[in-house]
Amino acid sequence: MLLIEIKPNRCDFCGCCVGVCPENAIELKESEIKIIEELCTNCAKCVWSCPIEVLVFNKEKAKEAKDVAK
Amino acid sequence: MWQNEYDIIIVGAGPAGTTAARFAAAKGASILILEKDRDVGYPVRCGEAISLGGLKEFIEPNDKFIAAKINKFSLNSPDNTEVILPLEEAGFVLERRVFDYELARIASNLGVKIITRAYVNDLIIENNKVCGVKFEYNGEQHTVKSKIVIGADGVESRVGRWAGLNTYTDYRDMESCVQVTAANVDIDPNTCYFYLGSEFAPHGYLWVFPKGEKSANIGLGVSGAVGKKRSASKYLEDFMQKYHPNASILTKIAGGVPCAITYKSISAPGIMLVGDAAHQVNPLSGGGIASGMIGGKIAGTIAAEAVASNKIDYILEYDKAWNDRLGKRHVIFDRIKDGIYNFDDKKFNSIAHSFNKVPMEDRTLGSLFKNALFNNPSLLIDIAKVFFTK
Repeated sequence: MLLIEIKPNRCDFCGCCVGVCPENAIELKESEIKIIEELCTNCAKCVWSCPIEVLVFNKEKAKEAKDVAK
Repeated sequence: MWQNEYDIIIVGAGPAGTTAARFAAAKGASILILEKDRDVGYPVRCGEAISLGGLKEFIEPNDKFIAAKINKFSLNSPDNTEVILPLEEAGFVLERRVFDYELARIASNLGVKIITRAYVNDLIIENNKVCGVKFEYNGEQHTVKSKIVIGADGVESRVGRWAGLNTYTDYRDMESCVQVTAANVDIDPNTCYFYLGSEFAPHGYLWVFPKGEKSANIGLGVSGAVGKKRSASKYLEDFMQKYHPNASILTKIAGGVPCAITYKSISAPGIMLVGDAAHQVNPLSGGGIASGMIGGKIAGTIAAEAVASNKIDYILEYDKAWNDRLGKRHVIFDRIKDGIYNFDDKKFNSIAHSFNKVPMEDRTLGSLFKNALFNNPSLLIDIAKVFFTK
C-alpha cells in the first residue's frame, strides 16, 4: 500500500525525491510527477529530502494498515 | 526531424551536457541532445556563482550572461559576527538562463542537434551494452540508436540506473535547496554572503548572491537528515522575515545538490555520466557549474576519440581521467565537509572571532581555512589522514 502522498499543485519538479529514491520508484517529467506504487517501499527518504514539503508520509493510513494486518 | 542514429546521444542540455557535446562535436562526432524541459537553461535551479578560472576554461566572461562581479565574501557566524574575505580571484554570479543558452548555441554551431521537450524514459541495451535511448516527444514514443549515451540528466538522473550503475544519492548527502530571487534587498552588489549555523541552515549554508543592484539569489540547502525535522523552505521563510522583510520575491524555486564524492563508476559499456548525474559537484561548496563542464569536456573528448577509433570500450578510461583531474580532490573536500558539518554554533563563532583579528591584507581563503583547522585539531588529523594514507 502506498503511504507516500504528493500534495496536489505544489510540486516544483526539482528532482530531489527522484535522486534519493533507492527503488527508482518516482517518475518526473517537466511538470508531472508520480510514484510507482509497485516499486515504492514507503521508506520516506523522498519525504525527508523534499525542500518544500510536497511529499508527505500518511501516518494515519499507515496506522490503519497496521491495525488491519493485526 | 532527427536521424535514426547518432554517434553520441546526450540526455540533458545543462552545462555538463552541452559541454560534452561541444568537445565531442569538435572531434567530428555526430550528436543528439535530448532535453526534457521546454527550455534550455530554464527553470534555473542554481545559486549561479562561479569563479573566473572555472568560467574561463570554457567561455570568455561576457556581460550578457554575468549578473554580478564578485570581489569579496562576507561570512556570517551564528552570533552575527561578519568576517570579510577579499577574493584573490574574481568571481561571478551568472544569469544561467542566458549562460546555458550560450553554451547550447556554441554546441549547435558545431553541428550538435538539440531537441527540447524530449523525455527519455528508457535505454536500448543489447548484449549488455547501451546502444540508444527511448523517448517521448509530442505524446509519441520514439527510439534512436547510438554508439554511446551520455547521461547529463542532473540530480534526478535515472539514465545510469537503467544501465545498471548504482546511482542514487544518499538522503543525507542530498542538500535539498530552496532559493528566491529577491528585489529590494539591501546588500553590496559585489559581495557574496554566506550564513553558517543552526539558525540559518544546519549541515549546510545559506547564501545571498547579488544579481545587480539591490537584487539577489537568496537560498539555502539542508541535508535530508535535517529535512526530516524541518524543511529548507521553513528555514528560508524565517531568514527572509528576519533579514529582508521588505523584499519582493520575483522567483522561488526548489532544487537538489548532491554533495558527495563522485560515484564509484561513471562509465560502463556504451554509457557515461557527467555533471550532477555523476556526482561531480564540489561536495564542500556545492558548486557544480565548472566541475560539471570539466566532466563534460573529459567525457565528450574521450567519447569522440572512442567513436573515431571505433573502439567504444575506450570510454571506460573516463573514470580515471575524471578522478585524476578532480575526483580525487573531491574526496578530500568531502572529508572536510563532514568535519565542518559537525561544527556547532560555538565553533563557528570562535573561528569568526579569531579570524577577525587577522589583518585585512593577510586574509585569504587559505588563511581562513588554516584558522578553522587550528580551531579544530581533530579535523586536521582527518585531513592529514586523507593526504598521507595511500
